[in-house]
Amino acid sequence: MKKLTVLLLILVVLLSTLPLSACGDGYVGEVNVYNWGEYFAPGDDGTMDVIQAFEDRYHIKVNLTNFETNEEMYNILKNSNPSYDVIFPSDYMASRLIKEGMLEEIEFDNIPHYENTDERFRTGDYDPEGKYTVPYSWGVVALVYNTDMIPEGEITGFHDLWDEKYKGSVLMFNNSRDATAISMQLCDPPIDPGADSFTLEDIDRATGKLVEQKRVLKKYVMDQVFTEMETDQAALAPYYAGDIYTMLFNNEKLTYCLPEEGSNLFVDTMCIPTCCRNKENAELFIDFMCEAEIAAANAEYICYGTPNKAAFELMDEDYQTSELTNPPQEYLDKCYTFSNIDDEVYSYMQEQFVKACSSSAEVSEIETRTQSPAAVVAVCAILGVIILSTMVLIIFDIRKAIKNHGRINKL
Amino acid sequence: MKKWYEKVYLIVIMIFLYLPILYLIAYSFNSGKTSVWKDFTFSWYGALFHDSQIMSSLYNTLLIAVLASVISTVLGTAAAIGIANFRGSFRSAIQNVSNIPIINPEIVTGVSLMLLFTFAGTLLGFEMGFFTVLLAHIGFCTPYVILSVMPRIRRMDISIYEAALDLGCSPMQAFFKVVLHELMPGILSGLLISFTYSLDDFVITYFTRGSKFQTLPIQIYTMTHQRINPKANALSALLFVLIIAVLAVSNFVGAKRERRAVR
Repeated sequence: MKKLTVLLLILVVLLSTLPLSACGDGYVGEVNVYNWGEYFAPGDDGTMDVIQAFEDRYHIKVNLTNFETNEEMYNILKNSNPSYDVIFPSDYMASRLIKEGMLEEIEFDNIPHYENTDERFRTGDYDPEGKYTVPYSWGVVALVYNTDMIPEGEITGFHDLWDEKYKGSVLMFNNSRDATAISMQLCDPPIDPGADSFTLEDIDRATGKLVEQKRVLKKYVMDQVFTEMETDQAALAPYYAGDIYTMLFNNEKLTYCLPEEGSNLFVDTMCIPTCCRNKENAELFIDFMCEAEIAAANAEYICYGTPNKAAFELMDEDYQTSELTNPPQEYLDKCYTFSNIDDEVYSYMQEQFVKACSSSAEVSEIETRTQSPAAVVAVCAILGVIILSTMVLIIFDIRKAIKNHGRINKL
Repeated sequence: MKKWYEKVYLIVIMIFLYLPILYLIAYSFNSGKTSVWKDFTFSWYGALFHDSQIMSSLYNTLLIAVLASVISTVLGTAAAIGIANFRGSFRSAIQNVSNIPIINPEIVTGVSLMLLFTFAGTLLGFEMGFFTVLLAHIGFCTPYVILSVMPRIRRMDISIYEAALDLGCSPMQAFFKVVLHELMPGILSGLLISFTYSLDDFVITYFTRGSKFQTLPIQIYTMTHQRINPKANALSALLFVLIIAVLAVSNFVGAKRERRAVR
């Protein structure tokens, strides 16, 4: 009974804090925000807590929930009856939502700070009239390499990812869209990765090129790339420019290269879905994010490019001059943006990519050569000892049980 | 544990189980955000308590876990006692139905609950959120409680209950003082199992959470978009230390009580 009373006490304590947290500071409203994880400045290491700042100024509660991929966000919007007020899709997903009529037009009269937005990003192929989206962050894909393993200046473009010189130390994107986009540019004749749609043969040619890359490939990575590059385990990788900017701080031997073929220019946007319940609060939130200081705090935290001119002026010199966070216009002219492609084509692309990833024994050859044989032997030895000792102990127990007439423990 | 190889075996297994957790805790003291060790710092622990989003996710997670485990324990105990009174094919039918949430893959349960709540929500005008998550958790925790309590019921001798009635208890008193006391170990293990399952559930919570509600596993999962913030490491370290402390204290108290009982 004592344990039950302890549990009931815990319950009472927890429930008593519930009304306190709900009534908080007398919020006058709320806004449901659906964003990527780690995409707002949270207030540690000297950054500003932008969500708290919004709540303090307007006394509107921000219910922040997160998603991991655009496709996830789309599925939740489509298949359940949510009430998100502000969402943050990437460009190609925003274009899909616009085509399907799932976004509300934004009243720009309610967003006075929209004037801070760079004209280059106010419209795009995904939103030609700029009526449905406000850009939040942007970036390009670039290459990062380790100058200890590859002399500086030797890397000039994506074709280096296929170069035999770097065999066994090359990483590649572990998602179908980004990986096939790179291989499409290198096909002969090249396919435009920003096209509205692809034929099945286009995809076959692109994945064929990816299979060719496996001779030199170490592995496919997404966020493991940070560990691999920062701890000198791999020599060369393509990744998003803002993240490369962060990697450069953690390892001085790393440097970057803007690939000469041009790469993917992506924009993450703020939109208001049609299922929203608090449109004025949503527009207030978007306006708040467009303020110079707030956008600067966010850009400082996530290290991606900011489409906000006023915020750009507030950033430090490193950020303003770096080609990763502010690529020159001639480079941007070579870049392409993703369009929203058909479901069928996209799933074919994913299938072919998975097949390409798991095909060919050549990769496993590279992997066993780059692993130290001593480590493999040690792991096998430990596992062998564990399995053998488990079996031995089980056999001993059974023999003891037979001696004790069927009882295993003396209960 | 007289034989040395038994001790060695135990140590190897313990290392295998706990090394990832120790690594996690060690990196919560790292001042950098990635695997490169920079300096030793406590700053992530401080930042953790200032982060209102993580704190509210933690609160949500704990509240759901406690409520779901208590409610499903009560429900499951009542169900187990009821099932014990049935016989034959009806009893086995009910037992099979109650095992379905355990056997069913979590993603099937999650998606089907989401579709159900969406349909009911548009019909009755409610939104997914705290209560749908709570209902879903109670739904998948109750079968585990039933499974822990049933064996105790089978081992219990019904004549204890009848003896209590003979000695002057009312049926209510007999139930609470005698039967429930006998079943207590099963009930407590059911409570702990459902608490654990509810605390770390990701898939079902993900589909039934709605637009305003978020729990800790989902928050940590979405952190992988950038890099997992070491605040998550700090939080895990604190939870781990807290749970070890609670277990140590309860075992110590239990051992003391046993020693007193033996005397």
